[in-house]
Amino acid sequence: MTHPSQLGIGDLRTALDGKKTSSVEVTTALLETINAGKKYNAFIEVSNEQALSQAKAADERFARGERAPLLGIPIAIKDNILAVGTKTTCASKILGNFLSPYDATVTKKLRASGAVIIGKTNMDEFAMGSSNETSTYGSVKNPWDLDRVPGGSSGGSAAATLAGLVPGALGTDTGGSVRQPASLCGIYGLKPTYGRVSRYGVVAFASSLDQVGTFARSAADLASLTEVISGHDALDSTSVAKAAPAYSSALTKGVKGLRVGVPKEYFIKGLDPEVEKAVLTAIRKIEDLGATAVPVSLPHTEHSLAVYYVLAPAEASSNLARFDGIRYGFRIPEPKDLKDLYYRTRSEGFGKEVKRRIMVGAFVLSTGYYDAYYLRAQKVRTLIAKDFTNAFTQCDVIASPVAPTTAFKIGEKMNDPIAMYLSDVFTIPVNLAGLPSMSVPCGMDGKGLPIGLQLIAKPWDEEALFQVAGAYEAATNWHSMRPAA
Amino acid sequence: MEFEAVIGLEVHLQLQTKSKIFCGASADFGASPNEFIDPLTLGLPGSLPVLNRRVAEFAVMLGLAMNCEIRQFNRFARKHYFYPDLPKGYQISQFDEPICERGHITVHFGDAVRTIGIKRIHMEEDAGKNIHDTRTHSSLVDLNRAGVPLLEIVSEPDIRSPSEASAYLKSVRQIARFLEISDGNMDEGSLRCDANISLRPVGQLKFGTRTEIKNINSFKFVERALEYEIVRQMAVLKSGKEVAQETLLFDSAQGVTRAMRSKEESADYRYFPDPDLPPLVINESWIEEIREKLPKLPEQRLKEFCEVYGLSTYDAAILTAERACADYFEAVFKVCNNAKSACNWVTSELFGALNKQSVDIKETPVSAQHLGELIKLVEGETISGKMAKSVFEEMFATSKSPGEIVEAKGLQQVTDDGAILAIVRQVFEQNKSQATEFIGGNDRLHSFFVGQTMKLSKGSANPKKVNELITAELSRLRAEAQK
Amino acid sequence: MFSSDDIKKLGKLAHLYISQEEEVELIHKLSAIIEHVDHLTSVDVSAVQPMSHVHGSTNVTRSDELTPGLSIEDLMKNVPDHSGRFIRVPLIVE
Repeated sequence: MTHPSQLGIGDLRTALDGKKTSSVEVTTALLETINAGKKYNAFIEVSNEQALSQAKAADERFARGERAPLLGIPIAIKDNILAVGTKTTCASKILGNFLSPYDATVTKKLRASGAVIIGKTNMDEFAMGSSNETSTYGSVKNPWDLDRVPGGSSGGSAAATLAGLVPGALGTDTGGSVRQPASLCGIYGLKPTYGRVSRYGVVAFASSLDQVGTFARSAADLASLTEVISGHDALDSTSVAKAAPAYSSALTKGVKGLRVGVPKEYFIKGLDPEVEKAVLTAIRKIEDLGATAVPVSLPHTEHSLAVYYVLAPAEASSNLARFDGIRYGFRIPEPKDLKDLYYRTRSEGFGKEVKRRIMVGAFVLSTGYYDAYYLRAQKVRTLIAKDFTNAFTQCDVIASPVAPTTAFKIGEKMNDPIAMYLSDVFTIPVNLAGLPSMSVPCGMDGKGLPIGLQLIAKPWDEEALFQVAGAYEAATNWHSMRPAA
Repeated sequence: MEFEAVIGLEVHLQLQTKSKIFCGASADFGASPNEFIDPLTLGLPGSLPVLNRRVAEFAVMLGLAMNCEIRQFNRFARKHYFYPDLPKGYQISQFDEPICERGHITVHFGDAVRTIGIKRIHMEEDAGKNIHDTRTHSSLVDLNRAGVPLLEIVSEPDIRSPSEASAYLKSVRQIARFLEISDGNMDEGSLRCDANISLRPVGQLKFGTRTEIKNINSFKFVERALEYEIVRQMAVLKSGKEVAQETLLFDSAQGVTRAMRSKEESADYRYFPDPDLPPLVINESWIEEIREKLPKLPEQRLKEFCEVYGLSTYDAAILTAERACADYFEAVFKVCNNAKSACNWVTSELFGALNKQSVDIKETPVSAQHLGELIKLVEGETISGKMAKSVFEEMFATSKSPGEIVEAKGLQQVTDDGAILAIVRQVFEQNKSQATEFIGGNDRLHSFFVGQTMKLSKGSANPKKVNELITAELSRLRAEAQK
Repeated sequence: MFSSDDIKKLGKLAHLYISQEEEVELIHKLSAIIEHVDHLTSVDVSAVQPMSHVHGSTNVTRSDELTPGLSIEDLMKNVPDHSGRFIRVPLIVE
């Protein structure tokens, strides 16, 4: 049998259902792969013993006749998602010792489907970053080139999925943190519609923007994984009771008659010409398959970055106020007094980028500035969302680049926050509008680095994304490319 | 120059829901520390709030009872500050979009009737509790109370004296208890009060500088604190200085107000709408639904008790102080149909017995039905009023019906003339010397003979009849003596 | 442009100690970010409502029922300092 690291979710399902292998076998093999893949630094915690006992339990469930999509299949989850039996660190010193006291809803759903939660992946601290360079546990390396970033903030999940350490993984996407690493690693990444997947048990960064997303190496795998975690959750007031259709069935629908919107504002100066070429070629390919490209306009796009860099830090500064060393997490030894406990715990516990964003957030919410910054940004956000609603009267999906460049070198953008923030310029508007969006492998640049195509659909229309991805995948080979071993 | 006090009160009312405002942990109290905890109560990463619908209902109920406008489009806001009993580092509250606004209530105090404006009512979550242990130089945090639902009621600065302030508080408490949304207990902290007070020359419209007195925990202390503050501010103003705007605590032991030692400039709470909670839209039909289910309010019941039952304002006020009492009274009335008697029996005998044993009316061993029956027995002259009191004692001790007790002890009042006369004659027989004196003209012995007759009949003779028959027997015996 | 005082004030609001070095860096970096954000003033928002929930959700509530919570052991698993069942912190001085 092919080594499990070469098999996707679907193939593993077939092998397990066909009794060609067992969950214990698969899990053991992948634990070895993970161990051999330490150079990527993709994992913060590997649940060696627990994974094997979960695998054993899965095999027992299988033996009793139970069948479920992920039964016995190892999946990794980003280390800002709570799972009992693991720590949840958010790659931060301030949660370095935090034992998850409860399961996130998405974790519960994975367990119900029989998945083996094999470990917690590395990430930018508190999900704030686009390169996975701000982690307390060191940078994640892009398996395509170990001197380059995998993207962020879900860099660990992306790298682990690409390198075959797992067949699929969960990440979170607030401004592009699933799509951008998927693009830089050459795999599939999906951010569902805001409210499609529960945020309960996912450490909040920006509450009105965060969504749990999925990584996989094929569109069908992505569909299976996304189906398992989707659905309304009474514990999350922002989740919406919309029936989640079986995305897998959209994969073979084909794109005849589909209108693909091409937004002119996304093809700008600063976009790497090779990336532009690959994306435009991909759009033409989709047209060849039966779709029609239509030019659309999203006029408020230029304000997206500014809106995001007011709203996200504001919500983050609020969400991170709970980290004070009092009820859990890191606490400085021997505080002088209560004030010292708060100040020193937070100052030593948070990294630089996190502190910077907390300060920006405090500023835009402070008295005298709230109206000019936060309130105004929320209004411009309404305009950005309206842009998409208008565009979707003329098309069914929107296609654009995911990131302006391919994977950049580690350390290259760390000193220039604005340059770093620009890596998310195409992905951010999607979070502001709460839309579903997918990164699809669509090319390689001259350096052999992957390029991703971003597909964006109407709220609740993840099916349209799978429709295009399925058709495009059947006609191309980009998604099968792997780095040399 | 004459000054007047301008007082506004902020009341925090803890609601008696089963669960907390934003999560399913228990809102009960009295448990061991950190028993009612869950991810949101602990402010754990990944926890999320979900609004308890009951809290919104209670808020609308209170708003309607206080004649407020109910806001259609409501949002919650995060109020940020750092404190060990505030697990998330922010409190979920309402800021510029409170659920109720622009209301008023009528407050009776003494003979006066005042209308006090209600500026706003909003929903928010309570914080936990800190216990300070100076010995070990540490503070101990209990988060049981964190997340318990509160309604904050802010009055207009319409209150003009400390006694008016405590009358207002009592009215608020009464309304809350009538609605059964809170037990309004200042001792237990389910009703808390902060007071704002300033002085200004009579006739001036502009407000003076006000001070805020926080967390005063009894009606009496509210009056004392305000009285002290009036005197203090007056002295400052009279000496030509300005009153400093500050936050004060009331030291109940010393009877003085003291500035709080927090050095910080006024806090910047950085309010913004909570992104975890979608807006709450309250439409007309929901409000009407709630309005229809509202119980009668104290003001209305007071009026009814005066008009329908013909009770004095004084008596009506006593009976309508608590909804349970008003309900009890009306249940008694239903049985005996005599408002005056019912009122007397309830307010003196029943309340007296309940207070003596520290029993709440809700746990009364004497049901309204039984009390009504007892009153009927007295009215029907089956037993005397005096007998009834001892029957009542028995009823209170055993919860038995009056009928049962009277039956069992053979306490029916004797009203038969013949039977009573026989006893009277027996008394005359047994007390020959007094009888002679009595017949001889000493009318003062009349009560002696009444007493002896009652005694001999073991209290069961109808006193009125006894009186009549002794008078009649006396006349007969005197007439005989003259023959 | 941020001043040193501005940074100190924000540090207080966020309960963060800011060293001299960090202050210099923050003045520079925060100013750059805010400068970038300032161009939002050029957008006409006179007829626009601020966004509440991106898909317009309203009235998400639960009924007043108890749900199972966490145990004291769950709390103790992670609490840095405690005294019996209480969470312990340095004395709060009012």
